[in-house]
Amino acid sequence: MTDRTRIALLLAPALLVLAGLFLTGLGLTLLRSFRYLPGLGLTEPDLAAYAAVLTAPGFLRSLALSLWIATASTVIAAVLALAAALLLRQTFPGRTLIAFLVQLNLTIPHIVGAIGILYLVSQSGSFARLAHAAGLISAPAEFPILTHDPYAIGIILLYVWKELPFITLILLANLQTLGEDHEAVARSLGASRWQAFRHVLLPMVLPGLATASALVFAFAFGAYEVPLVLGAHAPKALPVLAWQAWTDTDLASRSEAMAMAVVIAVVGLALLALVARGLRLGGQDAR
Amino acid sequence: MRADRMRTLAALALAGFLILPILPLAIWSLAHGWRFPDLVPQTWTLKAWSLAVDARSGVLHSLAVTAGIALATTLLAALIGLPAGRALGLYRFRGKGLVTLLLLAPAFLPGIAIVFGLHGVFLRLGLVGTVPGVILAHLIPVLPYMVLVMAAVFSRFDPEFEAQARSLGATPWQTFSRVTLPAVLPGLMTAALFAFLVSWSQYLLTLAIGGGRVQTLPLLLFSFSSAGRNDLTSAIALLYILPGLLVLLVTARQVTGRSLALVGGLRP
Repeated sequence: MTDRTRIALLLAPALLVLAGLFLTGLGLTLLRSFRYLPGLGLTEPDLAAYAAVLTAPGFLRSLALSLWIATASTVIAAVLALAAALLLRQTFPGRTLIAFLVQLNLTIPHIVGAIGILYLVSQSGSFARLAHAAGLISAPAEFPILTHDPYAIGIILLYVWKELPFITLILLANLQTLGEDHEAVARSLGASRWQAFRHVLLPMVLPGLATASALVFAFAFGAYEVPLVLGAHAPKALPVLAWQAWTDTDLASRSEAMAMAVVIAVVGLALLALVARGLRLGGQDAR
Repeated sequence: MRADRMRTLAALALAGFLILPILPLAIWSLAHGWRFPDLVPQTWTLKAWSLAVDARSGVLHSLAVTAGIALATTLLAALIGLPAGRALGLYRFRGKGLVTLLLLAPAFLPGIAIVFGLHGVFLRLGLVGTVPGVILAHLIPVLPYMVLVMAAVFSRFDPEFEAQARSLGATPWQTFSRVTLPAVLPGLMTAALFAFLVSWSQYLLTLAIGGGRVQTLPLLLFSFSSAGRNDLTSAIALLYILPGLLVLLVTARQVTGRSLALVGGLRP
């Protein structure tokens, strides 16, 4: 057996399963978003669903909200994760415990974290009770609205809580392979701590930070269960709006749901293209 | 000294932030009513926990369904992902970048982008509302993870050992079971544990493909949560994070370098 055949045989099951499930799912979503439904006599693909979605005010507000959630969550989580990774790289008492907590958090499903955040920061949650005990408020309604709110503060809090450890662990793995010599060399050549960080360490961890951030952005943009638990009634995050359209009894709104799913897919694929360019995956001899 | 104190403060703040959302869940699961503005419940009870393990609440049934689906998904992903990981880890070939891209794509595309179309396909195949349908759907996020981790494992594997075993008269199966498998087993086990967790955490794919007939733990969790049963919701939530805790304790011994990178490969 030649290497070529061997490689093809080894890859065949995975590629068949992924093509059969992932590409078919994506392809059918695309076809239906163009209202191509031979079963219902619709054989002329058109852009009516996209036109309906783009002219509905709800869609653009939901798109903007989801982009806001993803951007804010990613930026805050990335900055805090960088600080956490630099902290955890050092040795200090209690480091093992914190490293354990960081990893534990990674295994907790998003919906559990979302419910925890809800019980923590809602108007009758733990923080509101503490504010009451401190004499700051006298009724739940006086506590700031942090869940089901138009700025999606609760949702962003959840993503920062959940993705900070994710980015931190990727950065720590990166730092471990780099070693500490480079910074020490920079310092011995007269660089200040900030200069050593800014000009030596940061450029080295940037690729890992960018990949992790892109994954976080894609997730925060497209996740359904988090805005389901913590999101406002209006505007809804885009995945929740798409699901609502898909489960609507009006069949026309199904194609609109598909069109929204395609918009979400395009954002995800754009991020993948950015990361692939960064990793140079397209090349023939890429590893 | 000042830097030391700053570091301790930062470490404490980080630890507090990480643990904070779990605390109200722990208290709620033991509370008998917990009205505003009480800081802690006036009466404590194990009622939520006894209801959670009572057959009538359906929690244990959901637990079994969720675990069964995650186990089956992991097993399938390992069977399919091991050979693919070998191809990507050991060989360089034309189109490798493209194959890797296809494998990465499900990590970047949220479930909502594909699940409506997938539902259409599964409807035709009679897989909607069935456990096998849900298992197949879970393969989409789980398989890429398994393949990429196994590729990393195989890139450190030396196929020369297999050649030696073969030249000493071992059959292909003996070579695999006595040489290859033991060499990649630690990596495979870690990959499997985290693959299990990826399936265990799925919400949307189960909701859409299960069609309401496959009640996994997160679906049950959400329905009790929206019904305002904070005590039972919290007990289920704590049960739901137990496997993750166990996985972590099992892998904690080897938490340096390599396994850290494996954990880092987990989806956000």
